[in-house]
Amino acid sequence: MPAVEVNHIVKSYADKAVVNDLSFSVTQGEIFGLIGPNGAGKTTAIRMMMDIIKPDSGEVTILGEKLSEASKNKLGYMPEERGLYKKLRVIDSIIYLASLKGMDRHSAEEKANELLSQTGMLPHKRKKIEELSQGMGQIIQFLVTIVHNPELVILDEPFAGLDPVNTELLKSMFADLRNQGKAVILSTHRMNEVEELCDRILMINNGGSVLYGNLTEIKSRYRKHSVLLDFEGELGEVPGVTEKRTHKGYVELVLDGNTTPQQILERLVSTGIVINRFEIATPPLNEIFLKVVGKNHG
Amino acid sequence: MTLIVPLVALLAIGVFQLISGIAEPPVQEVTTIGYVDKSGGFDQYTNQGDITLIRFDTPDDATEALVEGDIKEYFVIPPDYVSIGVISRYTLEKQLVAPTATMTAIKNFLSSNLLAGKVPLTTVARIEAPLNMVTIRLTETGAIAPEQGGFGNLIIPAVFSLLLVFAIIISSTYLLQGLSEEKENRLIEILLSSVSARQLLTGKILGIGAAGLAQVAVWVVSVPLLLNLASSSIGGFISTIQLPANFLVLGIVYFILGYLLFAVVSAGIGAISSNSREGQQLIGIFTLPLLIPLWFTSLLMLFPNNPIWVVLTIFPLTSPVEVMLRLGVSDIPVWELAASIAVLGLSVIGVLLLTIKVFRTYLLMYGKRPKLGEIIRSLRSG
Repeated sequence: MPAVEVNHIVKSYADKAVVNDLSFSVTQGEIFGLIGPNGAGKTTAIRMMMDIIKPDSGEVTILGEKLSEASKNKLGYMPEERGLYKKLRVIDSIIYLASLKGMDRHSAEEKANELLSQTGMLPHKRKKIEELSQGMGQIIQFLVTIVHNPELVILDEPFAGLDPVNTELLKSMFADLRNQGKAVILSTHRMNEVEELCDRILMINNGGSVLYGNLTEIKSRYRKHSVLLDFEGELGEVPGVTEKRTHKGYVELVLDGNTTPQQILERLVSTGIVINRFEIATPPLNEIFLKVVGKNHG
Repeated sequence: MTLIVPLVALLAIGVFQLISGIAEPPVQEVTTIGYVDKSGGFDQYTNQGDITLIRFDTPDDATEALVEGDIKEYFVIPPDYVSIGVISRYTLEKQLVAPTATMTAIKNFLSSNLLAGKVPLTTVARIEAPLNMVTIRLTETGAIAPEQGGFGNLIIPAVFSLLLVFAIIISSTYLLQGLSEEKENRLIEILLSSVSARQLLTGKILGIGAAGLAQVAVWVVSVPLLLNLASSSIGGFISTIQLPANFLVLGIVYFILGYLLFAVVSAGIGAISSNSREGQQLIGIFTLPLLIPLWFTSLLMLFPNNPIWVVLTIFPLTSPVEVMLRLGVSDIPVWELAASIAVLGLSVIGVLLLTIKVFRTYLLMYGKRPKLGEIIRSLRSG
């Protein structure tokens, strides 16, 4: 059963389609990347999944059924704009928001302490939210999102404003969620995190889908006809190579249309150079993002 | 706030006891007033309670005594006093009007001397104080009414009206501020991922309403207790204060309905406002009618049967306070109370349905507040 199934949802505001015939699914035990430029419709799509707003048409099923009060308790949502009660203490904030998800006080407190300990936040549990730094506040926001053990977790820009240490902490916790069989939807602009974490992605632009599927498969689709080579010795002229681009620590060999990477490898081996690394070049997701979005902007 | 009001009242009773104990002089002081009789015949009844009148032969003698402090003031009875009725009073003090005690003493002195020997003494006393009126209210069957009215009847409703205004405004403001804060810091998105907009709205209104109702109930229950205590220890006017019939029940009914109406309005305003300050400016427009009945309390007392009060009793924004005030001044016909409660109840339902629509549409809209036309269009389109 997919964790999320979105079928042809449409949402318009003042005659402008903000989300236009969007369809995708998210399975359990995966991290799904939802990416797109600003104003693409990501947050609106997320809000429709959360039943915060209703689509004009189309259907959303969460964990096999239309979202109800009971199934809302199986969701965890971390919105892009952080928000907690400033005057409330950390532990009280987590317990209160967990209670809205149907957790009893005792269980919520126990789980809250466990998560606070796991993230090194236990010494701060009696502090008010306003006393925390931005990064610490975000960690607490994330703990609020998962304290009730949801089956589907939706995270909108979870890394914004975080330092590298806390970024790594969150990444490891996302991976843990996936390993536990949860479905995680990650909406972010940080392409390196998407590449590192996501199994499948959906790229939205102008409310519609422009890229959808397995990340590795998408990257291979946009693969450039070149190879990356780290070697020792003199390279010289290699038939089938139209251009050599020197990068830090490696050289990129751009192939002509008639030469395959396999043929180039054979020719390189025959030159007698010592090959330390040979890799078929695939573009970073950032580059694909810019290419696709730029094309759509015309 | 809940306990502060009855505690302050208790404190006031205690302070009154303390101060009246300290301030009461051990011996009553006697004031001496001089007079010059140029008309003749004013030589009796010179002891007027705490004021003693001393005769002087000439105004100069009286002035000398005044300057030396032997007398507090003096007055001159002219030769033609009986025909013109004017006397001249001389004092060292700057006063707006003559003190009431002095005026009464001089008046009684003059009237007693004018009537001396012409009518019996008892008649003189009656002429000096001809009217001590006691009003007794009867029911339509001719029996003596249990509730006699008077200023004593107005005090509690008037005070309760003020407290009702405070309670409604404070509760509505809490609701508005809380909602605005949650909208401003985006907490509303997390809340809406857990509960529906309808649940959020209902929970807030009922939660804050319950707190406000508890506050009003404490005040309403403490009133008879404090009244008893005050009348036994202070007495006087306080002991004439009565609670109008049905006051307790109507007080709670109108608090509940009045609070609900202003709470749903506050929730709607909180949904469309971009921040707390903007919301508070808008809610001020709706809370102004709540105060209107208080502004016209004196007119209500003078003209209790004017039809304008019927309008204010039925109009939902003014009815909670208007009914409370009218309970202390006159009877309110049952049909007016029924109409008032019905209109108020229907208004609560109508505004609630509108607010739920506005809530859902605008709660997640940040930035500029939507214009009135836009809100009306979105409500029509459903």
